[in-house]
Amino acid sequence: MNTAAPSLTDEHPNRARAEWMGLLARARPAELAALLEKAQGLPGYVLLRGPETGLVMLRGRAGGGGAPFNLGEMTATRASVRDAEGRIGHATVAGRDEAHALVAARLDAALQDPARHGALKATILEPLAHSEEQRRAALARRAAATRVDFFALTTQR
Amino acid sequence: MAYVAVKGGERAIDAAHAWLAAERRGDTAVPELETAQIREQLGRAVDRVMAEGSLYDPDLAALAIKQAQGDLIEAGFLLRALRTTLPRFGVSLPIETETMRLARRISAIFKDLPGGQVLGPTYDYTHRLLDFSLAANGTQATAPEAEARDEAAPRVPDILGREGLLEADGASAAEPFDLTRAPLTFPASRDARLQGLARGDEGFLLGLGYSTQRGYGNNHPFVGELRVGEVDVEIVPPELGFSVCIGTVELTECQMVNQFAGSKTQPAQFTRGYGLAFGHAERRAMAMALVDRALRAEELGEARTAPAQDAEFVLSTCDNVEATGFVEHLKLPHYVDFQSELETIRRLRGNTGKPATSLPEAAG
Repeated sequence: MNTAAPSLTDEHPNRARAEWMGLLARARPAELAALLEKAQGLPGYVLLRGPETGLVMLRGRAGGGGAPFNLGEMTATRASVRDAEGRIGHATVAGRDEAHALVAARLDAALQDPARHGALKATILEPLAHSEEQRRAALARRAAATRVDFFALTTQR
Repeated sequence: MAYVAVKGGERAIDAAHAWLAAERRGDTAVPELETAQIREQLGRAVDRVMAEGSLYDPDLAALAIKQAQGDLIEAGFLLRALRTTLPRFGVSLPIETETMRLARRISAIFKDLPGGQVLGPTYDYTHRLLDFSLAANGTQATAPEAEARDEAAPRVPDILGREGLLEADGASAAEPFDLTRAPLTFPASRDARLQGLARGDEGFLLGLGYSTQRGYGNNHPFVGELRVGEVDVEIVPPELGFSVCIGTVELTECQMVNQFAGSKTQPAQFTRGYGLAFGHAERRAMAMALVDRALRAEELGEARTAPAQDAEFVLSTCDNVEATGFVEHLKLPHYVDFQSELETIRRLRGNTGKPATSLPEAAG
């Protein structure tokens, strides 16, 4: 993997795909599975690779913003599929949940289909984005409750 | 000397391991611990095992803790062993801690910093009194909430750095050294040192960090910033060629600000030490930052006089998997080695011509 590749800019043609791949990877597997049950069925598929579990070396930066260093590894699981319509889907998700990686790869393929994209966006991606937003907002609210408001004591003589 | 294979002991070893399994389970009248309980309720132990096992996976760390009966060094060892069985898919883009979704963020050097002092879930300010209500299960606790302010929390080095008072992060385009792929050589570069410290034994790092405060390589530290929170992990899979997020991890970062360095040509600046750790691990991140700064002694023109400033000593000793392996191997049979020592000492004593009871003289 190439570490020099920049993050995607707004204009990048793959930005939308990178966004849904990230959303699927960060999803709670149980929630993703529940949403899928309600969605229209996904096309059949053949596995091209995996699902298989391996390691990703996490990198930090010296001082937080300087030269990269290897912090330690994390587990990750990846899968690639070709669906019945010939679309290739890929997924790499943190952790060791093979079902999660497989579903994410199948959805990645299906989401590239303009005929399916709209419905899947509404039934899967938007609810996932909503619950992620809620989790993050809850974290921010809990943090805000522990923010210190300093006040000066009145000098007493 | 050749190693000679001797058979025997299989039955005893099997029985010992079976007893271990029974002892691990403990009193069967008490419900068995689930790994999810360990993951959720013993989070600091999970974080330590992930750091020292150098593998971020809370479920695996919880399992390792259960298997090791809470022996955290043994648990870290189990994770290290597991990682050798897994293929490396690749490396992440360097994590940008500035984008961390913060649970905690404090600074000991600026009271009123942008983004504020956010205490998060902390043991600071607790009275360290045992809470007997926890002994009676069924604790219900909810975190209070308040309206979140939409206010950026810039990194403290960036605040000080704007005035040039603090040395910059520095940059390097070189591929970082990887301890898991190449043996450590000395002098070790800072990227290699940071990797070694990140997976070093917390107790050892704490002791070394403390030793600098006690005067053995003092560098007058202040906690510039400590932040704990969640960050996204991005990789660039070769089949895609663009970066995608694969999940999130919780990290703790410590920016230690230390006393100045400067010269006739370079105005005085605060220097820095850096700590970064898996999970919520403030003591580890702070100790790492202290030792990182101490190990920069030579680079900053300081005399290397203390253990914490000696990279070879620190990095060759801080790994508790290596350390426990070498210390604990002494338990394994050394019958032949010892036999040769016995023969040597008997020969030495025989040469003196003194009776076997006069040990002190014979030893000379």
